[in-house]
Amino acid sequence: MIEVVDLSKSFDDKPVLSHISTIFDKEKVNLVIGQSGSGKTVLIKSIVGLHKIDSGDILFDGRSFVNMSDDDRKNIRKEIGMLFQGSALFDYMTVEENVRFPLDMFSKMTLGEKLDRVNYCLKQVKLENANKKYPSELSGGMQKRVAIARAISLNPKYLICDEPNSGLDPKTSIVIDELIFEITKEFEITTIINTHDMNSVMEIGEKIVFIHEGVKQWEGNRNQIFNTDNKELNDFVFASDLFKKIRKTQRYI
Amino acid sequence: MTFFFHLGRYSAFVCKVFKKPDKHSIFFRQLSLEVENLGLNSFGIVALISVFMGAVITLQTAYNLEMPIIPKYTIGLAARDSILLEFSSTMVSLILAGKVGSNIASEIGTMRVTEQIDALEIMGVNSPGYLVLPKLCATVLIFPLLVIVSMGIGIFGGWAAGVITGEVNSADYIYGIQYSFKPFYVVYSLIKSVVFAFIISTVSAYYGYYTSGGALEVGRSSTKAVVISSIQILVFNLILTQILLT
Repeated sequence: MIEVVDLSKSFDDKPVLSHISTIFDKEKVNLVIGQSGSGKTVLIKSIVGLHKIDSGDILFDGRSFVNMSDDDRKNIRKEIGMLFQGSALFDYMTVEENVRFPLDMFSKMTLGEKLDRVNYCLKQVKLENANKKYPSELSGGMQKRVAIARAISLNPKYLICDEPNSGLDPKTSIVIDELIFEITKEFEITTIINTHDMNSVMEIGEKIVFIHEGVKQWEGNRNQIFNTDNKELNDFVFASDLFKKIRKTQRYI
Repeated sequence: MTFFFHLGRYSAFVCKVFKKPDKHSIFFRQLSLEVENLGLNSFGIVALISVFMGAVITLQTAYNLEMPIIPKYTIGLAARDSILLEFSSTMVSLILAGKVGSNIASEIGTMRVTEQIDALEIMGVNSPGYLVLPKLCATVLIFPLLVIVSMGIGIFGGWAAGVITGEVNSADYIYGIQYSFKPFYVVYSLIKSVVFAFIISTVSAYYGYYTSGGALEVGRSSTKAVVISSIQILVFNLILTQILLT
């Protein structure tokens, strides 16, 4: 479980996040949604410590990330797997080397054990036989799957994903969503996904936090979202005619 | 104020670079790759520049020493001292600031804008140490070797040019390069090369590491890294000369 307590963050005196408080539950897919520029990415980068927050706290299973020493923070980071918007694979390494990298750095496994673990992770993301390829030889969807394999290689307790579906076609997006959902359940991970993909909201949104102009406007789940009267949320989620019709149907049910 | 901001941030960055590597086996693997990438791949350009510069120094000296009372071996002597004292350390380092410095800044800058450095940080890796320490050690190890190679090839280039043009005969040139030889000149040059290697690798890495934006900013960081490294080489050349030769 990750708890965000009264988190505020500004850049050059311009507030980007104001007094955000929420809880991201264990073994659930938690979504952070909002328009571009609403502060979603700043929120998840603040959670993992890539941005230093102005005030507030972040608790990883009760452990305050803000007040701990650098060494303790480093240890918590070893429990976090992160999937970046652009995959952030090391382009001078093969797929196998990318997935093996966290194991090389932080595990005491033998080479054989590491290769077994790499192959297991690649099997989980349905990417067998791509071990020797370089990231530049892979499609966007395959790169995302390699990044997921790398993120789970050290058995993380927390999985943070920054717009995992950006730049992907709808079919591949569904594959990635299902993959993250399955991994979350199978390994009992606390997963946070930063997204503005409405398919993800409807399919895997077990907990949804809506951010608007740096302020948490609403939180709930994918069923509650159809019945909310929050204007900003409705304008954002049900912006298209298709989603307006879906909402109407759901409300009748 | 900007100067002090960069000085403070650069100092903090260098402190992080010198933190104990997370895993020594990975550090040594990276070091061997960087020795090849930054050092061995620079031998060609260093050799090419050295042979031509040695030749030009010899010919210019010869054309300026046409008085009959000045012995011909002075040409070899002047060429040797120019190459040992200044050319092989300072000029070669300025050239390497362009080649190696831009390579380091653009590589690390690209890793920054594609979030690869963020990925390292999230994994709990000390990214300045992982990325920069092998490059720093590789340049500090290999630059003195490049300088020694440059000295040898530069002096050979001078001999070849002098003999081919007939400005100085082989015996005079060889006598000149041996005459009143001070081994400390070589040590002085090597000390300078180590300092310049440190400047090139850390300054370039600093500008690459703090790149923000996209491809345009990576290019800007790369240019800035080369310009600032070159200025620092010139400044430290003056300081080290004052300290070591007086």
